[in-house]
Amino acid sequence: MQLLIEESGHEVRNLGPCVPDDLLVRTAVGTPTDLIVMSTVNGHGLTDGARVVRLLRGEPALRDVPIVIGGKLGVAGDSGPEGVQALLEAGFTAVFGDDEVDVALFGAYIDSVAARVSR
Amino acid sequence: MSARAFGRFVADARAAGRLVVQPRMGFGSPERMRAGLTATKRASATTVGTITLDSYTRLGDHGAAGRALAAGADLNGYPIVAHDTGTTGAMLAGIVDETFPVQVRHGSPAPELIFRRLCDLGLTASEGGPVSYCLPYGRVPLAESRRSWQRCCELLASARESGQEPHLETFGGCMLGQLCPPGLLVAVSLLEGMFFRQNGLRSVSLSYAQQVSQGQDEEALHALRRLAARFLPDVDWHVVLYAYMGVYPRTVAGAAALLAEAARLAVRAGAERLIVKTAAESARIPTITENVAALEHAAREAAAEGKGSEEVTETGIHAEALAIVEAVLGLDGDVGKAMEQAFHKGYLDIPYCLHPDNAGQASSYLDSDDRLQWRDTGRLPVAVPRHDSGGHLGAAELLDCLSRVRRRFDGFDQEPVEAPGAGAGWEVRR
Repeated sequence: MQLLIEESGHEVRNLGPCVPDDLLVRTAVGTPTDLIVMSTVNGHGLTDGARVVRLLRGEPALRDVPIVIGGKLGVAGDSGPEGVQALLEAGFTAVFGDDEVDVALFGAYIDSVAARVSR
Repeated sequence: MSARAFGRFVADARAAGRLVVQPRMGFGSPERMRAGLTATKRASATTVGTITLDSYTRLGDHGAAGRALAAGADLNGYPIVAHDTGTTGAMLAGIVDETFPVQVRHGSPAPELIFRRLCDLGLTASEGGPVSYCLPYGRVPLAESRRSWQRCCELLASARESGQEPHLETFGGCMLGQLCPPGLLVAVSLLEGMFFRQNGLRSVSLSYAQQVSQGQDEEALHALRRLAARFLPDVDWHVVLYAYMGVYPRTVAGAAALLAEAARLAVRAGAERLIVKTAAESARIPTITENVAALEHAAREAAAEGKGSEEVTETGIHAEALAIVEAVLGLDGDVGKAMEQAFHKGYLDIPYCLHPDNAGQASSYLDSDDRLQWRDTGRLPVAVPRHDSGGHLGAAELLDCLSRVRRRFDGFDQEPVEAPGAGAGWEVRR
């Protein structure tokens, strides 16, 4: 994920696995940020993602920063439109799955962020 | 509970010529967990049971596990600390016995509360390790994990007084699941086994995760056995193979063929136990039925395979692992401290691992014969160092290495999927 984002010309601050909520919020508020990416595979993304994105959106500085999540979002596989909708309503800008098509979509999304940032 | 010791059960199965097969299985609800263990016990295979813990419990956030239970949210495993002892005791009643040992599997770098709970419940088999449950999955400093695992080993070893021989399995042969060259996997697996022994365990198992080349895996498993015989002469030990842990085939046929290859590899290379994966692996946590189907499929494949020759084609895995092990052991008489120093010095360095205590200089790739190779050996104490002269590994090449098994077993090399044209409607919020 880091390589993919770097290859489209961005600097990446990789916070690693199992990032505590306060570390993510603190880092995002304290650094000029064009995009926040969360990658999740343990099946708790629906619960944990919604919680942490609400915290991020609660910070005035992060109200308009794009925040995206992708991976295996629920324990039951395809989390369905309801799961995706719930994450979007909680504050995510976009939600990706874990398919090859999602990798391609994510790449295109990154390029759109790059275009917006460089404008 | 009169559970027979885990190590003895596996040794008896080996003597009878049967491979022990085991699921990865954990559910939040005690009823479902009990149903899963019952189904594992009844499967037509020589099985041991698994209680896989959820990731809140792994990270020590028992409050979050409790809240998820109260809210009726799906958990990715059994929260053994959040459920009280009475609940889990009732869940296990009549399940664990002479014919069916149960192992608790977790992934925690600091598992004291988990181990204390196991001891309260009379459960004496678990797995992990100070390195293998620290580096890949979390951010706890290695020194803290080492101290915690030392206390946990002592705690588990003291359960011997109850009459059962406690058993601990190293997860060290699975570092990051894929892309770690076998010589280093074998070395970490063995070193963690020695750490367990030094901290009081007398029955251990050494893991190794199936990689991409069968020939390379067979050589690695032979190397692991040779080194275990040499460095663990006075404890009961066996080898456990994990079915492929990386990006898994999506088709039912592909998943079944990959698991069959793992089962046959285990038998040929003399591994005593196999952790299976299911056809649902690529998408989600498997159901009980899918797990039983995988256990029975693996057992059938294993029964149809014969033990391979003691001779394997040597490409240097044993020599590489031995050089690493000897260099690490030379750093300190305490195996835990030796491993910790080894990471600081780069004598142990896991490719693509982001943990701050990992040097991050070593890197690897999958060659055109599907064998894992060093791209750069960093400061690993190997006889033939390699240093990367080419450019950095790119995202596309890394993705190719990560997904090669899926492509091979799903029976076709997929064309890269094109992104939809610009302006596709994935951006919903702004």
